[in-house]
Amino acid sequence: MTTSASTNTTTSTTADATADTGTSTATDATADTGTSTATGTTATTVPAVPVAATGTVDDAPRGRRRRRRGLAPGKPWPASRLVGPLLLIALWAAASAAGQLDTGAIPAPWTVLETGVNLWTDGTLPTDVLTSLERAAYGFAIGLTAGVALALASGLTRTGEALIDGTVQLNRAIPTLGLIPLFILWLGIGETFKIAIIAIVVYIPVYLNTHAALSGIDHRFVELAEVQGLSKVRFVRQIVIPGALPGFFVGLRLGVTGSWLGLVVLEQINATSGLGYMMFQAQNYGQSDVILVGLLIYGVFGLLSDTAVRLIERRVLSWRRTLSS
Amino acid sequence: MAPHTEQLTRPAAVRLRGLTRSFEDRTVLDGIDLDIPAGQFVALLGHSGSGKSTLLRAVAHLDHEVAGSGQLAAPERVSVVFQDSRLLPWRRVLDNVLLGLDGKEAEHKGREALAEVGLKGRERAWPNELSGGEAQRAALARSLVREPELLLADEPFGALDALTRIKMHTLLRELWERHRPSVLLVTHDVDEAIVLADRVLVLDHGRIGLDLTIDRPHPRSYRDPLLGEYRERLLAALGVTEDHK
Repeated sequence: MTTSASTNTTTSTTADATADTGTSTATDATADTGTSTATGTTATTVPAVPVAATGTVDDAPRGRRRRRRGLAPGKPWPASRLVGPLLLIALWAAASAAGQLDTGAIPAPWTVLETGVNLWTDGTLPTDVLTSLERAAYGFAIGLTAGVALALASGLTRTGEALIDGTVQLNRAIPTLGLIPLFILWLGIGETFKIAIIAIVVYIPVYLNTHAALSGIDHRFVELAEVQGLSKVRFVRQIVIPGALPGFFVGLRLGVTGSWLGLVVLEQINATSGLGYMMFQAQNYGQSDVILVGLLIYGVFGLLSDTAVRLIERRVLSWRRTLSS
Repeated sequence: MAPHTEQLTRPAAVRLRGLTRSFEDRTVLDGIDLDIPAGQFVALLGHSGSGKSTLLRAVAHLDHEVAGSGQLAAPERVSVVFQDSRLLPWRRVLDNVLLGLDGKEAEHKGREALAEVGLKGRERAWPNELSGGEAQRAALARSLVREPELLLADEPFGALDALTRIKMHTLLRELWERHRPSVLLVTHDVDEAIVLADRVLVLDHGRIGLDLTIDRPHPRSYRDPLLGEYRERLLAALGVTEDHK
């Protein structure tokens, strides 16, 4: 937006011309000078633009056939979500092979893999993974149940809304990890407080999104339900809940990711096993390869659980035709 | 139901006495008296904001929060068709038609209703796979399946293109002839009212300004010169003279 007046003039001319022809070279030109200013200065270039525009329009039918590009991003690629991560690993491997990375700070991928295999075969890694999975699963299950139950109570009744919504908003304003000291005092330093914290991290996004979706139900559908003579129970079951599912899934995906995030922090506090513990120990001994093994496992689990939720979402919400399908 | 509306004993069809509805300080319906005999096809015309939808919503008991008074009696089985098809996007077409009903018999009736509106074979489709006209047909099937004594339609074809509209006119009239419910069709389209209805009301400043019986055989054509006379009278009642057009 800070380009000078003279460059603006040229930009807008090129931008308008490109809009008509739609060639790829022109986009490069506009990208160099900055496109956002183009509209602001069209007035100054008015004489030049129409001439260029009519010229291209006349040429178009005779010349190269103009193809209109759709505004939707197009067909999805197969396994497109893996492309980015794989590229990242390839870069990492290439840089390591070329000796560009300090092996003490970032060991080569094959070193990390070897460490992973060793940790797995000597039995420490399976124990750590299982412990972490168990904590995440318990916390997630409790958080999910609480989030949905509270959202239903608050979204469907005025009493529930009065009691619950403000309280949850307050809870949301407090950083959950900031509750750790208090929870340790209340629940002891064992497993309970860890699961409780994860549950809180999970329930907040689940509650917020589900509640927003429940209370945002289209008024036209409420009218329809009245006209069709639906009972309150049927109205909730057949209209409110199905209508709120898309919002619920947004919350669910945030919650799944949140449960893993909470875990990393929690397992560095008085834990004797778990991925976070393993990484914390590795830090003390300067084993960057072990830390990377832990991070990779977190990453893989996060990706897997997110994919699982997406798959369920796609099945349950198969009636939706959106940009992603 | 609006708070100040007494329920009359159940009549054959719609009966309104001194029906008044107002929003804030504005009186939208100002003491409407109206009887619709069972099986009559009535169209209600009026400018936008003349209160025609308010009247329909009052008859449909959809105006809980509107202040008003008067007596209102309507049959037990009332169906409403809205301007938008109002199909639930997460239910397949047949399940939309069956909304609020259950059992094998209802399902059978639902399939029949869909066949009647020309949607046989689309029972398993999702609403967003239907065209505008098809969606509105499905909405008609949903209202039919309950075997209404009174069908309320709030500009049901307002969002459709001209060709689809003409087809829907024919369909609605056919359905009416087969099932004979009382119909109250709210529209702003004078031609639609003349072609479809046996009686046309014009709502003006909260009162019924004109009550016109249209005595021409069906199916009617837009080009019927005798309908032109009715047309002029209705347009005049709506405050539109020919030279304005």
